[in-house]
Amino acid sequence: MSLETPLHKAQGLGASHSGVGHFWRQRVTAVVLIPLSIWFAISLLGLYGAGEAAVLIFLANPLNAVLMGAFLVISLYHMTLGMQEVILDYVPHPGFKFFLMLCNWGFAFALAAAGVISLLIIIPRS
Amino acid sequence: MAEDPHKPAVRPLSPFLTVYRWPITMATSIIHRATGVGLAGGLLVLTWWLVAAANGPESYDFFVGLAATALGQLVLFGFAWALAYHLVNGIRHLAWDLGYGFAVKTADRTGILVFVLSLLLAAGIFAAAWSGLGGYYQ
Repeated sequence: MSLETPLHKAQGLGASHSGVGHFWRQRVTAVVLIPLSIWFAISLLGLYGAGEAAVLIFLANPLNAVLMGAFLVISLYHMTLGMQEVILDYVPHPGFKFFLMLCNWGFAFALAAAGVISLLIIIPRS
Repeated sequence: MAEDPHKPAVRPLSPFLTVYRWPITMATSIIHRATGVGLAGGLLVLTWWLVAAANGPESYDFFVGLAATALGQLVLFGFAWALAYHLVNGIRHLAWDLGYGFAVKTADRTGILVFVLSLLLAAGIFAAAWSGLGGYYQ
């Protein structure tokens, strides 16, 4: 016998009130990051010792720019999901927890903006 | 006398990391988390590299100058290993999510495999770079 109300059951959000959203986003970003990480490693190895000019030409290539932007932004999203778990596990103080959660998302948004805008600056210049 | 509702009650705490011996699966689990947190620093350095490239030769040379020092190479090797570990162990986690590899022996074996493979990947990348196999996008 279930003690769930029909509404609660239909919403499917469980005791956390957020359902499987966090879990699912973490897995989807993880799967996407597998090929992106391999591309990233191959790219950086290829740029090892290359001068600034070669790096700019590489990053100005539209495919490389999109993949680099995707790697950075999806990694940052995956990071916020993981960091949130770490913060909730280890930080008991509600105020400090709230502060760290804001820092987590602030860090991600700041780096995403800086990285993507840098790519947009590099593309037309090279 | 009523309890102060603003003061959390003193309840027994579940034991933390320090009281357990370290089975391999526990080590792989906590290191997965540690590498994940560490890779946040890696994203900071990656963004720094992109900003430096967009900012001009002075910024870029400063970044490359730091990266080329012994400490810089050590830090980059740390990020390479952390990414390799988080990637390989992440695939192990995804296999678990699909229901595979839960037997204790299997989990122990894949755990050792993750350590070996991640070290080989990171060492392989740096060996390739230092022996001149990298730099093919010049």
